[in-house]
Amino acid sequence: MDLTRRDAVAALAATGGAVAVGRAFLDSPSTESAAADAAVPENALASLVAVAEVVYPDAATGVGDFVETYVAGRVADDDARRAGVVETAAALDATARDWFETPLTDLDPETLDGMLRDLRVDVSDPDPDGGLPGRVRFYVVNELLYAFYASPTGGRLVGIENPAGHPGGVESYRQAEMSSETEDDG
Amino acid sequence: MAEESSDRTPAPRADVCVVGAGPAGAIVAARLAEAGHDVVVLDAGPRFDLADREAQLDAHLRPGVNGLWDMGGERDAYATDGPRDYPLNAARVKGVGGSTLHWQGMVMRLHERDFELRSRHSVGTDWPIDYADLRPYYAAAERELGVAGADDNPFAPPREEPFPLPAFPPSHSDAIFAEACESLGLPTHSVPNARNSEPYDGAAGCAGYGTCKPVCPSGAKYTAERHIARAEAAGARVIDRAPVQRLVHDDAGRRVEAAVYATPDGTEHRQAARSVVLACGGVENVRLLLLSDSEAYPDGLANSSGLVGRHFMDHCFAGAGGRIDRPTRQNHVGFNTTECHALYDGTDPLPGVKLEFLNYAGPSPVTQALGADDWGDALLDDLRDAYGTHLAVGGLVEQFPNAENRITLDRSTTDDHGNPVPKVRWSVGPRTRAAIERANEVQVAVLEELGAEVDWVVGPDATGPAFHHMGTTRMGTDPAESVVAPDCRTHDLDNLWIAGSSVFPTGGAMNPTLTIAALSCRLADRLDGWL
Repeated sequence: MDLTRRDAVAALAATGGAVAVGRAFLDSPSTESAAADAAVPENALASLVAVAEVVYPDAATGVGDFVETYVAGRVADDDARRAGVVETAAALDATARDWFETPLTDLDPETLDGMLRDLRVDVSDPDPDGGLPGRVRFYVVNELLYAFYASPTGGRLVGIENPAGHPGGVESYRQAEMSSETEDDG
Repeated sequence: MAEESSDRTPAPRADVCVVGAGPAGAIVAARLAEAGHDVVVLDAGPRFDLADREAQLDAHLRPGVNGLWDMGGERDAYATDGPRDYPLNAARVKGVGGSTLHWQGMVMRLHERDFELRSRHSVGTDWPIDYADLRPYYAAAERELGVAGADDNPFAPPREEPFPLPAFPPSHSDAIFAEACESLGLPTHSVPNARNSEPYDGAAGCAGYGTCKPVCPSGAKYTAERHIARAEAAGARVIDRAPVQRLVHDDAGRRVEAAVYATPDGTEHRQAARSVVLACGGVENVRLLLLSDSEAYPDGLANSSGLVGRHFMDHCFAGAGGRIDRPTRQNHVGFNTTECHALYDGTDPLPGVKLEFLNYAGPSPVTQALGADDWGDALLDDLRDAYGTHLAVGGLVEQFPNAENRITLDRSTTDDHGNPVPKVRWSVGPRTRAAIERANEVQVAVLEELGAEVDWVVGPDATGPAFHHMGTTRMGTDPAESVVAPDCRTHDLDNLWIAGSSVFPTGGAMNPTLTIAALSCRLADRLDGWL
């Protein structure tokens, strides 16, 4: 399953307020949209993409564009969320440098997976004001999982094209089978 | 939260002061303001900004995000002392819109038997009005709320005109249930929803967010904010974050003169009015009357009967769920589209039972993912295992009025203004327990007819309230046996009226808001005439 920027915009639809930014990004001729680039530093986005490669299923490809578009849209109008995401990504990167003497983005997925589990991010309650594991769970892992599974993109892998949080209309609940991916997901 | 209102001072003149901006009060306010009266609405909570609804959706779906409707803390402190816990702050919202901000939006009319329980079955009490009295107001209420429904319920009371909006069509799982119900002799039918199946009255049609309860980001679900907007457009003054501290009456004890309210800056104001409509729910209506005790009313305002706070009723949940060997397509939408009222009007059981066929059985993948302790392919495998084949039948079961179930004041605990907090005593009696068991039998039979593996049942021990607060200022003709007269005016005070489900003498097993709205339409007519 190849993730696209259009998937990211669909994921953003679940979060409403940032859709316009997402659409502007989608419609821009290149990824160097000023509106998007200004939002989150490149190194933070790269860290998020690296974590996404771990927390998303192997079936997901095209993760980079999906995450960059989604995150840019999510934080566009939310300074507190942007600060939380950027600071937490930086703290996670600092942990990688401390533990492995290398940037987080240079870790192979298995090592990064192990680092997140050693930090107990997998079993921590998400907490935007908590310690590093709670903040990583909230600002990084759950942000990424929300983007994926509250959108038709991730939902379809599970068997639902209109997951909770996605405004996918009032047709799918009546259908006996999942509609084809080419149909409008709302 | 919406931008702060800068001016919270009283209006210089008011024909009506409405206390509470939920559906009961908002409908009264809108209709009376549109009739040309000077209306002031006071609400303890804030205005919530429509632009924040997507962020509130986040707060609902994402663990770790707080503050969906800002309930809790010192302002909303309460106590319970009954045999059952009562989670009061999960059951209500304070603010413009009231509990319609977080409700699901199911809006059925009561059945004819609900008004005549004593006469028909020698239980509970009769209402002083009957279905025919309320019937035109039910039609008005359906228009007010924009109800989407179909005239396909063989058990429903007679109606005179179509629903304002077409019903939402049945779900895929409804079709699965229909087969089993047909073979068990349980006719199914549509659910009237206060949710736009198409755009209505300036609000959008349902977008399918799937999070109706507790928040609808599209605005398709009715909230009383619509009527507050109408009231304001007609000239009403609406003051938020203005909890009423007490009502003050005249020397003769026959008229309320003013509502004394507090504002966030610590100031107390006095809103004088020709009439007062109390509309802050089945718990706070009681609390405000009890807080307004005086020499003339030592047991609480309008409480000569001693019944203010007594006969507190809710609807009890009964349910069962399981899995079958085919896709059930759950959790696309957050509302239901099929019910069965076949058990409602009979005597086995005597308490009313309404069955609901859920469209959201089993876990929602996104919610499960955000709470999981794994990720990657292992998480996807878990989500696939958990999703796709769940079914559930829920239901509401009637409680008959019991004077020992009641709202009082806990004088040992005070709120943020130093007022004693409400204390809830709630129990589930033997008749209700037996009716829940009967509901469970039918629910399990339906699931087993489908070959389902039943993996949960909520019976009489595990039941909980549906958050419908009824009965605590009951309506009647005898001032010794009731708090308000059939026109919803208190027996004791000439200009004090009560709107909402606290006036219900009995509660049936239908979600109460359509009846609340119908009574508010009726109250507005009566008060308009009185003014």
